[in-house]
Amino acid sequence: MAEQHTVSAFDDEINRLRGLVAEMGGRVELALDEAMQALVKQEPGLAERVIEGDLRVDALEAEVEKLVVQIIALRAPMANDLREVIAALKIVGVIERIGDYAKNIAKRSRQISGHRTIEPISLLPSMAQIAGEMVHDALDAFATRNAVLASAVIERDVLVDNFYNSIFRTLVTYMVENPKTISECAHLLFVAKNIERIGDHATNVAEMVYYAATGEYLPERDRAALAEG
Amino acid sequence: MVALDMTTDTVPGDAAVAQHKMTTRNVNVYYGAKQAIKDVSIDIDMDNVTAFIGPSGCGKSTFLRTLNRMNDTVASARVTGEITLDGEDIYASSMDVVQLRARVGMVFQKPNPFPKSIYDNIAYGPRIHGLATSKADLDVIVESSLRRAGLWDEVKDRLRDSGTALSGGQQQRLCIGRAIAVEPEVILMDEPCSALDPIATAKIEELIHALRGRYAIVIVTHNMQQAARVSQRTAFFHLGDLVEYGVTTDIFTNPREERTKDYITGRYG
Repeated sequence: MAEQHTVSAFDDEINRLRGLVAEMGGRVELALDEAMQALVKQEPGLAERVIEGDLRVDALEAEVEKLVVQIIALRAPMANDLREVIAALKIVGVIERIGDYAKNIAKRSRQISGHRTIEPISLLPSMAQIAGEMVHDALDAFATRNAVLASAVIERDVLVDNFYNSIFRTLVTYMVENPKTISECAHLLFVAKNIERIGDHATNVAEMVYYAATGEYLPERDRAALAEG
Repeated sequence: MVALDMTTDTVPGDAAVAQHKMTTRNVNVYYGAKQAIKDVSIDIDMDNVTAFIGPSGCGKSTFLRTLNRMNDTVASARVTGEITLDGEDIYASSMDVVQLRARVGMVFQKPNPFPKSIYDNIAYGPRIHGLATSKADLDVIVESSLRRAGLWDEVKDRLRDSGTALSGGQQQRLCIGRAIAVEPEVILMDEPCSALDPIATAKIEELIHALRGRYAIVIVTHNMQQAARVSQRTAFFHLGDLVEYGVTTDIFTNPREERTKDYITGRYG
């Protein structure tokens, strides 16, 4: 198909939209990575950077919202263009939430650094890595309108869920055995939950990308499985 | 998501309709040696407004004109294939063309009221078709036609004024009223709003919405947003081919054919 619009200004706006979404995605991926490093390596400086960086993510979301309204008003996009623009609008809302979870992990890392007594953390970085890759691939799928890649993201969510269940059991065991660890474990439990939610959100993004790319919704089976999440 | 059966160009779900108002099968139109329409098969129903879209020269207006044999007036034009109205072949030798054009009315791009009074513009058709036996009958037809055309309140106090003195949008509604006055079953509209401002256009679109169901309406438009706003079925023509025919929402959100997608998203070269 012809890639270019007859009106090239429309292409410029679509490209700018893709650029903003990609930048936002890159920032939250980095935020998650740094928040986890802050947690594992107990580096408060990194945590501060994640918290401050979230402001830019919020600003990017507002910028995308404005651009989408402008494109709809001035260009009246149709078909795959319309689906992509709507998907971008929804996706940035989700990315903003992912950024919030990363920020929350960073905040918790500050609270528990200094009085670390347990080492259940080994599972958390692995879990976060998968969730981060899901976010990365979902946004890659958006940038390249790749429905196959989007589907693959969704299939990986079960891995994140399994990690969460495993970490949950481990932390409960710690708390039962040693009540002194309860405060720390509670924080870590929230961190695990945050990562689990990031996986769910990456799945949502992938679903939107799938629709934008194909015009079809994913089979009901997958959506039902997600609802159980 | 419904899949279109492109072999017959019918829309799924329409099979439940007992009989299509109009059907065309394997219609070809030639202007001399040049083929303007290639093997088009399509069904038109009472319940839907059908929009024909496509770039200039794609054949959409030519095809529209085959539906009430307006192409008969073009000496070089030749039509093959079958077109039926209520199951009856409109190109059969037994078909009375004047009667056909009363049943399948037409509204053109440029408003073309007769240089007569508003009243006579509406009354002309019913008079020659013998639909009114008295002045009182005619008055009723004129009022009801103007009401249905959404023009009555604007002209009821000046029915003796010339139709050509009205604004462009009013003239177009007068022409729609004139088509309605002879009790048509199908109304064909060829770019009815392209000479009108946005407010007059909105009034015509509202009128099309109000008339839906009472008449089978087919509209040719260059304005894709208009097709999206007024129609329930959209047919995309390109170089004489019917590329895609389907539910309007599907055509504009998820077209099946690359050529349709390129055209409606503004990528048509």
